[in-house]
Amino acid sequence: MNSKTWLLLMGAWLIAMLATVGALFIGEVMMMTPCTLCWYQRIFMFPMAIVLTIACFSEDRRGAVYAWVLAAGGLAVAGYHTLLVAGWIPKSWLPCQSGISCADQKLEILSGVQIPWLSLAAFGLILILLTYFLRKTSR
Amino acid sequence: MNTKKIAVAVVLGVIALAFLIGMNAYQRSVQIDQEEKVSQQNDRLVRPHSPIFGPKKAPVTIVEFFDPACESCRYFYPIVKDILKKYPEDVRLVLRYAPFHRGSEQVVALLIAAKSQNQYQPVLEALLDAQPQWADHGTPNIALAFKSAQQVGLDMDKAAIQAQSPETEAVIRQEMQDLTSLGVTRTPTFFVNGRSLLNFGPEQLASLVAEEVAKVKK
Repeated sequence: MNSKTWLLLMGAWLIAMLATVGALFIGEVMMMTPCTLCWYQRIFMFPMAIVLTIACFSEDRRGAVYAWVLAAGGLAVAGYHTLLVAGWIPKSWLPCQSGISCADQKLEILSGVQIPWLSLAAFGLILILLTYFLRKTSR
Repeated sequence: MNTKKIAVAVVLGVIALAFLIGMNAYQRSVQIDQEEKVSQQNDRLVRPHSPIFGPKKAPVTIVEFFDPACESCRYFYPIVKDILKKYPEDVRLVLRYAPFHRGSEQVVALLIAAKSQNQYQPVLEALLDAQPQWADHGTPNIALAFKSAQQVGLDMDKAAIQAQSPETEAVIRQEMQDLTSLGVTRTPTFFVNGRSLLNFGPEQLASLVAEEVAKVKK
């Protein structure tokens, strides 16, 4: 694996790490309780951070394949969540419990950026980088 | 080890460090915010109706916002009691109510009734003892809570009237207002002479109390 292609994998890994650490910070330090949809996005993001760490470390192409599947799943949930926050999906569809709203996930420390937007951007970027990486390394 | 492996390890270290620094900075800013709120409205910390444990004029005051249905408050009760025992002349505990759980408000009303019958501590301890039985978060069994209060000798007929009196209602309303304006969102929340804990835990509480006692002793 040459350094340039490896950097693609490294980029995807960095984004997954930032997203994971960011989610942990919001949940465990800022004590914001994740809503149901956030949990599904975490389920796709957290293992990706681990899988990609190993893939980068041992330069293993297969790690990118596994992570690609996780990124695609996460993108689907994040897309749905973003539409919900944007108000394109009727709120009556909300799968949330009372108390924790999936429709309002503003981050005050980032001047009101909605968490699902960040999530969508992270999953999207990772998917693009991994797709590019897998194409470059396919025989 | 090639450079790629080293790069991965270095990045991991940087991320962990950034997380720790960020955590510290965030917690400190939250603490400063809350202490500012408290210092601007000091009268909201202790109300004339608030039950006090320990010497009334003690120089160090622990204010605990608590919920009779909260497990963590139950866990902290003996810890706080030990702190009071350790400083029998210098520390007092003021209990404030934060009825965040379902059904808690009724139990708080019962506690207020117990206070006017001079049965506060036995009833409080009976309620906390029996908490695992009555304080299910989804469907609390308030009748069981009342039964445990009755067993330690609370006059229940009198308590029922006291619990529904306008005075009790006014107390609960006041507690709720103070919760909102002090920004208390979880139980137990402690203030020691107006200072809050940087991060939550029994050791942190003990050391904050020790610090304040040391200040007084000087």
